[in-house]
Amino acid sequence: MTPGPAPTAPAAPPPSAPGSAPPAGERAAEPAGGGVGDSPPRPDGTLKVTGEFAYSSDLWAENMLWGMTLRSPHPHARIVRVDTAPALRLPGVHAVLTHEDVPGEPRYGLEVRDQPVLAAETVRYRGEPVAVVAADHPETARRALERIVVDYEVLEPVCDARRAAFDPDCPLVHPPGSVPLRPEHNPRGNVLRHQPIRTGDLARGRTVADLRERADVVVTGSYEVGMQDQACLGPESGLAVPAEDGGVDLYVATQWLHADQRQIAPCLGLPPELVRVTLAGVGGAFGAREDLSMQVHACLLALRTGRPVKIVYNREESFYGHVHRHPAHLRFEHGAAADGRLLYAALEIVLDGGAYASTTPAVVGVAASLGLGPYEIPHAAVDAYGVYTTNPPCGAMRGFGAVQACFGYESQMDRLAEALDMDPVEVRLRNAVGRGSVLPTGQRIDAPLPMAEMLERARALPMPPPPEAAPGRVDPLALPGGAGGAGVGASVVRGVGYGVGLKNLCFSEGFDDHSTARVRLEVVGGVPVALVHTAAAEVGQGLVTLQEQIARTELGVRRVALHPADTSVGSAGSSSASRQSHMTGGAVKAACEAVRARVVALARARGLLAGEGGGAVGGADGGVRLAADCLVPPGGAAPVPLAEVLGDAVVEETREFRHRPTSPLDPVTGQGSSHAQLGMCVHRAVVDVDVELGLVRVVALDAVQEVGRALHPRQLVGQIHGGATQGLGLALMEEVQVADGVIRNPSFTDYLIPTVLDVPPMRVEVLEHADPQAPYGLRGAGEPPTLSATPAVVAAVRAATGRPLTRVPLRPEDIALP
Amino acid sequence: MDFLSPDTWAGALAAKAARPEAVPVMGGTDVMVELNLGRRRPHALLDLTRVPELARWGAEDGYTRVGAGVSYTRLVERVGSRAPALAAAARSVASPQIRNRGSVGGNLGGASPAGDCHPPLLAAGALVELASAAGVRRVPASEFYLGPGRTVRREDELVAAVLVPEPRGPQVFAKVGPRNAMVIAVVSFALALDVAARRAGTGIGSAGPTPLRARAAEEFLAREFDWAGGADPSPEAARRFGDLVAGAARPIDDVRGSAAYRRHALAVLARRAWARCAAEVRGGGV
Ligand SMILES: Cc1cc2nc3c(=O)[nH]c(=O)nc-3n(C[C@H](O)[C@H](O)[C@H](O)COP(=O)(O)OP(=O)(O)OC[C@H]3O[C@@H](n4cnc5c(N)ncnc54)[C@H](O)[C@@H]3O)c2cc1C
Repeated sequence: MTPGPAPTAPAAPPPSAPGSAPPAGERAAEPAGGGVGDSPPRPDGTLKVTGEFAYSSDLWAENMLWGMTLRSPHPHARIVRVDTAPALRLPGVHAVLTHEDVPGEPRYGLEVRDQPVLAAETVRYRGEPVAVVAADHPETARRALERIVVDYEVLEPVCDARRAAFDPDCPLVHPPGSVPLRPEHNPRGNVLRHQPIRTGDLARGRTVADLRERADVVVTGSYEVGMQDQACLGPESGLAVPAEDGGVDLYVATQWLHADQRQIAPCLGLPPELVRVTLAGVGGAFGAREDLSMQVHACLLALRTGRPVKIVYNREESFYGHVHRHPAHLRFEHGAAADGRLLYAALEIVLDGGAYASTTPAVVGVAASLGLGPYEIPHAAVDAYGVYTTNPPCGAMRGFGAVQACFGYESQMDRLAEALDMDPVEVRLRNAVGRGSVLPTGQRIDAPLPMAEMLERARALPMPPPPEAAPGRVDPLALPGGAGGAGVGASVVRGVGYGVGLKNLCFSEGFDDHSTARVRLEVVGGVPVALVHTAAAEVGQGLVTLQEQIARTELGVRRVALHPADTSVGSAGSSSASRQSHMTGGAVKAACEAVRARVVALARARGLLAGEGGGAVGGADGGVRLAADCLVPPGGAAPVPLAEVLGDAVVEETREFRHRPTSPLDPVTGQGSSHAQLGMCVHRAVVDVDVELGLVRVVALDAVQEVGRALHPRQLVGQIHGGATQGLGLALMEEVQVADGVIRNPSFTDYLIPTVLDVPPMRVEVLEHADPQAPYGLRGAGEPPTLSATPAVVAAVRAATGRPLTRVPLRPEDIALP
Repeated sequence: MDFLSPDTWAGALAAKAARPEAVPVMGGTDVMVELNLGRRRPHALLDLTRVPELARWGAEDGYTRVGAGVSYTRLVERVGSRAPALAAAARSVASPQIRNRGSVGGNLGGASPAGDCHPPLLAAGALVELASAAGVRRVPASEFYLGPGRTVRREDELVAAVLVPEPRGPQVFAKVGPRNAMVIAVVSFALALDVAARRAGTGIGSAGPTPLRARAAEEFLAREFDWAGGADPSPEAARRFGDLVAGAARPIDDVRGSAAYRRHALAVLARRAWARCAAEVRGGGV
């Protein structure tokens, strides 16, 4: 959504952006069809492809100042002295703030309040904010930063996550007791959560050694997952506007407006209602915007200076200014019978959380509970650890703990297949979960999950034509190495690999996960118009389209308008965990149903519905339907235009939607039905590898995904393409390289994401086995393909090269050097 | 920051003489990135986009003269076969958008060891024409580079053009990176053969503080190459050639790759370059 006029701003002039869209209320949706199951155009699509969509970095307000952040040059240091006076003396500088200027809570955090608004005594990662300035020009602000004097006493960095987890002599990133960790997370030393799981004989006192003896074949592997970045093209940015009531209006690109509000307000020392947050245009999220970045800083500066303050990170700063995907160290052991049936698994998962908790506890919970993947394994011991280090903080990214685990268990399935000389698909089929299977947490899968069918379908997909083996020069773009022109057909070897990923959808572990929608139906210009208002963040996934579709289907209206997402309506929860179609979709549906019931009642009251007695509305609104802007009575009576039914009436309803409750995991046994819903994707990758140079070209990356119900088939396939592309990126090139706590490649010159020449055409087969628990039977679809794509690509490269390849992203030298 | 925008070459040279610290900007694909990231805060920018001479190319005394401001897109489309290795390098640069703006002069001005133009200029024996208000000089590419970002160009000089000898044999360029497009070279290699003179030129990119020539490899290939028939090299000769090229490199470990991989990949590129040139000689495509 573009930032429209600020409905709740008491005095401040609403910010505008060049080329911003007309206010949401004026924009009508597509006239015909466009309900659930159709693929209508996105309401923001044209603006985005023509470059006219206003992103948060385009915000502008009269009299605005520019905020900038001074960041720590050290990964770990004590702050000895800060002198801001030289910066303040610079003309054009309006404020220089340090931790001493934070009026409220000095720290914030999504799950654990451990992250300082501005560092006080200690900095714990390179790039940690130490001071912020506001000046009348970005260049002035930059010069002011150079004049702030900070003396540091450098401390030993804690860079090795395994050491942080297991070495009792490792320095502590946070002094004991200084951060509010939860006892049920088994915190100890630098470990902020340790989640064990024990099942079968391993819960009954038997050891892994006992089980090893009972297995015909045992495969072990150590795997590593590098630090992936969400690589949002839109940098962290927003505009804070001070209000006359002492509060502040913040326009910001985020994933969860109310979580921002909940964290910002205490730091400002304000009640939440005085911190009004409106969604600004989001240029990509993928988890990177779940945590706060510039939000509190901009508000502090705005409140201090009494002027609107805009902050936009530059690209390098953005790499320091948001969390990344947890790097992981995995040690997996699987034992199986000679027929391929899995007997036991013992997993150790260490996730590097970096300096602050962010979502690490939840990531650990996911990695542990889904660490075994979609396989039935009677005896399991899982230990997942999330640790503090002085590396860049890590948190949410598409796939959230399940991506890392998936690379491990799928690599193991391939090893097992190799050890048994069995087809990799066959091994997976023998152990596949389905409806009725029990996860290692004791949770029973109670929705359809046709994994075996999905694998068979993936295997049956047509293969791409064989590599061009012509002796002469073939088009270099068709060879590994592409535009570099290094390839020769003779060195190309083809490989095929499979990956299956199992992902929890929506929030887990007992979280009160809900969303809110307000829907208003009224006649505007003679036609009925539905206005949908939620606080759900459109981050590119197309939720705006879905909200319109649901309103059209449920209210039978052609015109639907969307109110800007803001905190004047209840929380929608986060645009993450593949949850918004389900949760906000569910809330919009529920609010529409409530509106519909009132419209039917109104029709009765106005005598427009003959026959039916009472005012009471029966189950399905007494058989009354709303369609084509009309109320359609049961039994073939003539439809009544909604405009006539409504007249001057404004029918508005607000509803909260919740998925079924989930349970926490037992801190000792790891038992508990922690997930609301599960999603699955199967990938088959076909790659060409230049074995001499170690270069890879993915030729095909085809998917079969179970989605319950496709609400918008075109957007859905787009999500699967995008998720698979991010998985391909993790397999082959995407890594934030960190050495001694310092990011070595904070730019898109050296943090590589796949280009159009790296991504093959992708065939996607969508299965729709409805989940009876979910609105329309749907399942979130954004994350599962990100899990399965990575191991599928790596498996294909292994098949081509015979190399073990235990670390992603693969580097050319892993393939090419002896 | 002053923005100087002369519209004649003489004006540009005069401006550079008056303000030697002024940073030239042609396509801006390096300069603007540095400005955006705050790596550079020059007091003056010298915009060269309005100087018509810089965008010209044409034949000149056995050379192809390519103005410093000729974009990569132009180079590929118009100069192409007159400077095959340079055109191949241009084709491999970045993306269409960057190729529409980026220039050879900018590549030489920045003199990154990873710049794609350098290996072909070295291999082909090109000259770099430098000009100042005081005069013009031509420097062989092999003497142009001094260190990362450092060249023999004086502060008051501008790159006017490169002069690439007309091709007298097959020329190839290839670069290696972990992405199939839009990638800064992990290593690159160019080979240019002069069939009549039975000479070879090489250029190595991204594997040393400057772009490098592999002189021993050039001599070896000159001796061993089947100039008449274009037969493939023996496996031993190919391996030796690869080793000599790799041995001439002075690579380091960095974010883009390890020194060991760079040497390995250079040897592979060198062997393939020989094979491709041999095929061209065989095919008579010269
Ligand atoms: C996304 C992206 C991808 C890229 N990919 C590649 C790649 O694959 N390969 C590659 O080699 N490069 C790449 N580059 C770097 C850049 O595009 C090239 O170096 C290009 O040749 C620069 O040309 P320009 O005209 O844009 O130079 P500018 O940015 O205008 O200038 C570059 C430097 O040269 C100086 N300069 C410019 N003209 C002159 C002159 N006439 N005389 C003296 N000094 C001068 C400038 O002062 C500056 O120091 C990439 C850049 C980007 C942004």
